[in-house]
Amino acid sequence: MAIIYIDHKAYEVTPGKNVLETCLTLGFNLPYFCWHPAMGSVGACRQCAIKLFKDEDDTRGRLVMSCMEIVKDNMYLSIDDPTAKAFRAQLIEWLMTNHPHDCAVCDEGGACHLQDMTVMTGHTYRRFNYPKRSYKNQYLGPFINHEMNRCIQCYRCVRFYKDYAGGKDLDVFAAHNHVYFGRAEDGILENEFSGNLAEVCPTGVFTDKTLKAHYTRKWDMTTAPSICQHCSLGCNIIAGERYGELRQITSRFNGEVNGYFLCDRGRFGYEFVNSTHRVQQPLIRSKNSDATDKQSLYHHLKNILSTDKIIGIASPRASLEANFALRQLVGKENFYQGIPEMEALLMRCILYILNTGHVHSPSLKEMESADVVLILGEDPTNAAPLMALAIRQAVGKEPIQKGEMYIAYPTQTKLDELAGNAAHLSPDEIARLGYAIANTLNKNAPLPEDLNTNTLKLAKRIARILKKATKPLIISGTSLGSEAIIKAAANVAFALSTDDKKASLSFVVPDCNSMGLAMMKAPSLLHAKETIENGKANTIIVLENDLYRHSAKKEIDTLFNLCKEVIVLDHLHNETTSKASVLIPVATFAEAEGTMVNNEGRAQRFFQVFSPKNENFRESWRWLDEFRQFKDGVNPEDLKVSDDLMTEMVASMPQFKGAEAVTPDADFRMFGQKIPREPHRYSGRTAMLANTNVSEPKPPEDPDSALSFTMEGYKGMPPASLIPFFWAPGWNSVQSINKYQEEVGGPLRGGDPGKRLFPKTPVLEKIFMNHIPSAFSPFSGEWQLLPLPHIFGSEELSIYTPGVAERAPKPYIAINKKDAKSLNVMENEGLLVQIQDQSYMLPVRIKKELPEGLAGIPYNIPGLRGIAWPAKGILKKGKA
Amino acid sequence: MERPLTQHINFNRTSLNLKDYVSVGGYQAVHKALKSMAPQDVTKMVQEADLKGRGGAGFNTGMKWSFVPMNEAGQTKYLIANADEMEPGTFKDRMLLEGNPHQLIEGMIVSAFAIQANISYVFLRWAYKKAAWLIEHAIAEAYAAGYLGKNILGSGFNLEMHLHTGIGRYMCGEETALLNALEGKRATPRAKPPFPQVSGLFGKPTIVNNVETLSNIPHIINNGPDWFKALSLTSDPGTKLYGISGKVNKPGLWELPMGTTIRELIEEHAGGMKKGFKFRGALPGGASTDFLVEEHLDVKMDYKSVSAAGSRLGTGTMIILDDHTCPVGFVHNLEHFFAQESCGWCTPCREGLPWTEKILLSIENGEGRMEDLDLLEMHTHHLGPGNTFCALAPGAMEPLQSGLKYFREDFEKHINEKKCPWR
Repeated sequence: MAIIYIDHKAYEVTPGKNVLETCLTLGFNLPYFCWHPAMGSVGACRQCAIKLFKDEDDTRGRLVMSCMEIVKDNMYLSIDDPTAKAFRAQLIEWLMTNHPHDCAVCDEGGACHLQDMTVMTGHTYRRFNYPKRSYKNQYLGPFINHEMNRCIQCYRCVRFYKDYAGGKDLDVFAAHNHVYFGRAEDGILENEFSGNLAEVCPTGVFTDKTLKAHYTRKWDMTTAPSICQHCSLGCNIIAGERYGELRQITSRFNGEVNGYFLCDRGRFGYEFVNSTHRVQQPLIRSKNSDATDKQSLYHHLKNILSTDKIIGIASPRASLEANFALRQLVGKENFYQGIPEMEALLMRCILYILNTGHVHSPSLKEMESADVVLILGEDPTNAAPLMALAIRQAVGKEPIQKGEMYIAYPTQTKLDELAGNAAHLSPDEIARLGYAIANTLNKNAPLPEDLNTNTLKLAKRIARILKKATKPLIISGTSLGSEAIIKAAANVAFALSTDDKKASLSFVVPDCNSMGLAMMKAPSLLHAKETIENGKANTIIVLENDLYRHSAKKEIDTLFNLCKEVIVLDHLHNETTSKASVLIPVATFAEAEGTMVNNEGRAQRFFQVFSPKNENFRESWRWLDEFRQFKDGVNPEDLKVSDDLMTEMVASMPQFKGAEAVTPDADFRMFGQKIPREPHRYSGRTAMLANTNVSEPKPPEDPDSALSFTMEGYKGMPPASLIPFFWAPGWNSVQSINKYQEEVGGPLRGGDPGKRLFPKTPVLEKIFMNHIPSAFSPFSGEWQLLPLPHIFGSEELSIYTPGVAERAPKPYIAINKKDAKSLNVMENEGLLVQIQDQSYMLPVRIKKELPEGLAGIPYNIPGLRGIAWPAKGILKKGKA
Repeated sequence: MERPLTQHINFNRTSLNLKDYVSVGGYQAVHKALKSMAPQDVTKMVQEADLKGRGGAGFNTGMKWSFVPMNEAGQTKYLIANADEMEPGTFKDRMLLEGNPHQLIEGMIVSAFAIQANISYVFLRWAYKKAAWLIEHAIAEAYAAGYLGKNILGSGFNLEMHLHTGIGRYMCGEETALLNALEGKRATPRAKPPFPQVSGLFGKPTIVNNVETLSNIPHIINNGPDWFKALSLTSDPGTKLYGISGKVNKPGLWELPMGTTIRELIEEHAGGMKKGFKFRGALPGGASTDFLVEEHLDVKMDYKSVSAAGSRLGTGTMIILDDHTCPVGFVHNLEHFFAQESCGWCTPCREGLPWTEKILLSIENGEGRMEDLDLLEMHTHHLGPGNTFCALAPGAMEPLQSGLKYFREDFEKHINEKKCPWR
């Protein structure tokens, strides 16, 4: 530790950090703009100026930028020095010379770092009395609004977009006080992380366009800590509501998971909550097609549940609580994962590998410091975007080459540009490459037969580099639907791992709670179908799951047709809900509390953001738990709060031990008070519903958590897992995160939320996998189809956001040049594609890197669903 | 009087080609250094000669070279000639570039040898079209004659040389901004440390020297430090290219011993002030230096003396303010230039300079207020060295702060009379 003196007072601090972050950690309110904890210091804005003295006796000192000075022992500093204070105030005056002062109509107002810093420095009176410069704003797509006149030129946007996130189409143009931050021309920002511009911009230049469409000030939002639902990484989010509508998603800092950032699917995909496709009321189709009330529903269900033989179909996108409540309702032996056998197989395999304890399942934070990255058969940018952002930090090329990366994937991916080698191989060849790498590292690992010399050479090269690595990271996953790839990745990690140093192995999995569902170890949909077919059951309850998405249409039709009753609980209408004989609306993540396990094996809790106006929007677990009364004669009054469900679940499935403790209990209080979801400046509460009733209604109670739905309650620092919003006195913007961290940029006070559930030490014997596919050669007359993930479009819920739908690709088929030639098609010409029992007319996209005999189609986008993977396709030139 | 830099420059004929340059003793320094000297000895000799950087900063050139790491064999290093001459009132490098390009190339070869750099660039101002053409040809000649390329003169030393023409930003004269521009990035200065000597172009050790500095090198190598020191009238050694622009009888550029007085420059070399024009002041070394006035006419034009008088030698090329020219308009013109050339990276420069420009224009137009003078003072105070990212804004404040000091009456007259007395 080092001792530094700030305004004559001694402080013990960490050496090597910069003075600005040190001062902020110590609790000083030192203003800044261009510095960002994740992007570092550049010394551009000059706002954080303080005085540095040579020694104790130096009285003159000199102005330095605190972000550019590194803490050393015996540093004498002054924040209150009059020259430094005057300079900082002057700085704001300069920045304000051209700022439009349009706070009243600016979306940033009330959560604006520039406002906060202006107040902090004390600049009030404007002396610049000349015309302001003004700019033309650009159309930047459906997510980001551009208002350049507000710009204070901190350069954070380009530093994030280009340097941190690898974007190519946002830059700084022109010079002097005309510098312009935008695109070369109007157009959609291409980068997958563009939404973060709204958070890194210290003022209102880049703002959330989806929020603008239903704008609410930060102080007028009811917010809750939540977890992103749109991929398997479980990024921490803050979700905000007003008037019963979800309005905004912002990043909730979690040092181990998403840090400061989110991807655009996570940030903007929330609008499904407000969608007109929501299931509004219970329906009993067999009786009458009109909506029904709760009592008739109960009556109807009582008949079914007390007489029928029922099986439950769980969901990889429903919480542990919801899935467990279903399991309790139908019984362990009648509980099935709602995923096809192929996906279940992959998940079992992944779970086995991570449960051996011989590999380390890394957090995103840990991935950022990997020195060699090997990606086998995944496209993280599209399948798990924030993982790609983490990898970029590990292997970024600027300013100096950091780690190295090797990628094997059938097509080009955005990360290829950072890779030492990107091999475009068929799934089988990727697996064979992985096996060969493992064999080079450890001769006990099996070697594929008839390996071609190029693959062998590449395997040796990668193995050599992996061997030298101190923090190797292997990434694989379920995207290509190949068990062999997953096993090959495991072999590489096993071969690298020793007892004291385990290699990091991370798997991308399909959905937000795929890992949690897999851990429940239930049979797949295939077995559910057998049960129904064998007549062992005649009624099915489908929980938050559109079974048509991942299985052949015919299969699911058959399944439903065999059932006497199909009871579906879901929040959005889809093909499955359309087949329901009993349809029950449920809450989305924003209206529910629940726990999920991310791909890392981290259990995390999300909290109800608001109590929906529609009383039917109840958590699935609450419905299902209630339905037990119809079956077992449980007292209806004896309803569970989610904590109890978790306790019960951990008791019956010890593999979840720890998941019950990810957040304090519902009866947790801070000095006897709950933690308010509304900030203390929440306005208009008494007026909001005055058009219907002048009496202010009683705020809804939240018996399930330590959070309250009001602005009253504990005003201090809540436990890390219960932070509903970031705010500190004088810090209204998201920059107030600094105040919630143990050390700026470091973990949240009390530790980052979430509990890892996988074993840290070996529990099983290390046995190399042996499941080597033979060398791939194209099939005659058929193509092996590849599901290509797309950040926008491939995910089930986010597609209901208009902006996401706009960004989603139209159906296409990707083939290589030679295949296109043999099929006699050109780019954009139609190919008639026969997949299973469906045929599609798809325009051709020629991807020259794609191996012969493979054809890629966008995974799960509208128009290309209901395909059972793995799939083959017959391709024919379409009619002219 | 010896004029080593300009002895072979004659604008009545074309500049010397390689053959002619060699016939008057050109490339002897390359022979000497590469064949008979160790790189460190070259550096030492230059350091002893106390050749001060002619770009304006006046730092000991040999000392600068000595910071380049020399222990790692085969390390990529760069030598760059800063020929991006854009200081208002300055045209000295142009003379050397157009008058004797081989002298620069020779200086660069020897300097690159001293730091063991194998790649060199001439970073040339885009508007110097003639110089570009001449340098390109001279480089080709030097390659053909074996002074550039692999194994120069059998010494085992390799050197590539390239010409790079900038796009005409003042900022590129700042060495770290120049490096960014050369890398194809925005011409924004870099934070120091690390200094370019350790981590410069593409992160490799790099020396950036001014054209006049590099042109001195062959002569120091050929004649030694003592000869170089003897050229000067003062303790700052060598000759200096001095220039004068303004209402003098013979504006021009002369190579004279370091330490020639301002009076001698104006009266003897520039032929005195034009008839009817009175000397009021001068910026001694380009636009980014403080005004000197009549009381300073006997100041010696060397680094120490000009500094002691409250200004900087800068590039040594003087702009004269006469009594027919409005000082407010004069300073406004300069601040317009600096405001426009600010790269836009740091706040004080980007926002402060346009403000001073606007104030000066309003004063010049008779719309000024007395409190505007306080605002100008405020800027000269807050845009000082260390407060901004690089030296551009502090340089820009030099004519303003000294203008306010020496010509305050004129500023006040504008405000009181609500018009420019010169218009």
